Amino acid sequence: MIKDSQARIIDKKSWNNYYLFSLESPRIASQAHPGQFIMIRISHHPHPLLRRPLSIHSKDEKSIDIFFQVSGLGTDLLSQKKVGDILDILGPLGKGFHGGASLNGKDVVAAGGGRGIAPLYFLAKELRSHGALVKIFYGGKSLEDIPLKEKFKRENFDLYCSTDDGSFGFKGFITEYLKTELEKFTPSRIFSCGPEEMMKKIAQFAAKKNIPAEFSLESVMGCGFGVCWGCVKRIKKNGEEGWVKICEEGPVFSSEEIVWTEEEK
Amino acid sequence: MTDLSIDLGFIKLKNPIIASSGTFGYGLEFAPFIDLNKLGGIVVKGLYFSPRPGNSPPRLVEASSGLINAVGLQGVGVKKFSEEILPQLRKYSTAIIVNVCGEKDEEYASVVDFLDKEEGISAYELNISCPNVEKNGVCPALDPETTFSVVSLVKKSSSRPVIVKLSPNVTDIAEIALSAQEAGADALSLVNTFLAIAVDVETRKPVLPKVFGGLSGPAIKPLVLRMVYQVVSRVKIPVIGIGGILSAKDALEYLIIGARAVEVGTANLIDPEATVKIIDGLTEYCQKNGIDKIESIIGTLKKPQGLD
Repeated sequence: MIKDSQARIIDKKSWNNYYLFSLESPRIASQAHPGQFIMIRISHHPHPLLRRPLSIHSKDEKSIDIFFQVSGLGTDLLSQKKVGDILDILGPLGKGFHGGASLNGKDVVAAGGGRGIAPLYFLAKELRSHGALVKIFYGGKSLEDIPLKEKFKRENFDLYCSTDDGSFGFKGFITEYLKTELEKFTPSRIFSCGPEEMMKKIAQFAAKKNIPAEFSLESVMGCGFGVCWGCVKRIKKNGEEGWVKICEEGPVFSSEEIVWTEEEK
Repeated sequence: MTDLSIDLGFIKLKNPIIASSGTFGYGLEFAPFIDLNKLGGIVVKGLYFSPRPGNSPPRLVEASSGLINAVGLQGVGVKKFSEEILPQLRKYSTAIIVNVCGEKDEEYASVVDFLDKEEGISAYELNISCPNVEKNGVCPALDPETTFSVVSLVKKSSSRPVIVKLSPNVTDIAEIALSAQEAGADALSLVNTFLAIAVDVETRKPVLPKVFGGLSGPAIKPLVLRMVYQVVSRVKIPVIGIGGILSAKDALEYLIIGARAVEVGTANLIDPEATVKIIDGLTEYCQKNGIDKIESIIGTLKKPQGLD
């Protein structure tokens, strides 16, 4: 059973357009791995119709956190929910990042852009518990788009921030910052989540330097559990290439698996 | 005890709730959520003879109270279905209906030919809304003659009952319904999705790569109720209603209008327990209203006086 129709919101924080909710769900908390996601029913009315997929941002013994940006009707309505409200959620869904003991003592990078930082906090904590030395690269358009920087700092993560407008940290894209820093060290693995163009660039220079990389992909989803075939990505696996469901086989895929979308002319 | 069973003539269903093709995978995906034995039936995802790659993403756009999809019938093909999926599916005590697709009339017939050798299938549902490669991509469902030709060809090869799933994208759906009946259809299911478009105002491009998608969900229910109404008075064969059923009340509207069963589609994506909740809702309605057999409410719409 992957359904929890009684997940209570027990905490809520917000920064402008960004929200962090804690949801009480002992079952999902006990099963979740970094990179997995949940599907949230926004309304019990027919509009908006579909659940919204959100990655698991962190977990406690009995609760999980989600971190999201208001980007449409679904997330807008979700942002208006209050502490004490009950959410109907499915999860944990999908396959998460690969990490574990093999990264003990190794340098690893977790690079997130905007709301794409969401799954990387859970991942970074898990990697560190396995002994990995995690460097967080966190980029946004402006200072207000990197609201979780204090949270990473409090946890004593090695934090590298960038803003497109230079209002905080490195001025420019997080990809440029990461590329500069990779002149100084070579991580054993790069994990990333964010806009597709950002992840595509990271995939390119990770490949050049032979660094294994994993990416968490975003998509509109109809169901989240593999029945509608609505959320596909071009994936190469075992010598075959085809449309693979992000919700079921992903959302995390490795560099070698992903066939990135060509830029439109 | 309320009797929810429905007799379609060629098959008896436990209840009028059937999971609709394309929204229920191959059925087994829902076993973690619900007891599949409780369902009236399951229509598995559309099968072409060979595996199908499907369309490029994006494949989905949410609309007001609806969903536009352009999945493109990605699927595993008959061989894999028969070898890997059907053996598990036939263990359940519910009617297994296979949605049959084809790029031309002969492909529909060959899918049915192949599946006829397999046990555990109750009926076929012909998806005649597939683009026909020999007719400029026009699907058979749009014309009474092409509907007649594919249905009669499949009826010749099939040893099982054939339900014909109609498209709403026609001027007079009753005309197509009559044509399918004349060609030997055992039942009709209506409808498939409505052709629809979504536009990205920033890029001024269609959201879906092939421009068109198919609209489903609560947005279409009033339109489909109207179509079922127009068809049930004209045909003798049973009609199955499909479109925007989220609750028992929605299902009841179809039954009262004259559908003998319904298919639940998009609702499965939002709530994987939707079918079972609707079945429970039907029982509750019958008990509350002193109805012993749900069949007794089919086609009982009280029309205003002076109307036929």
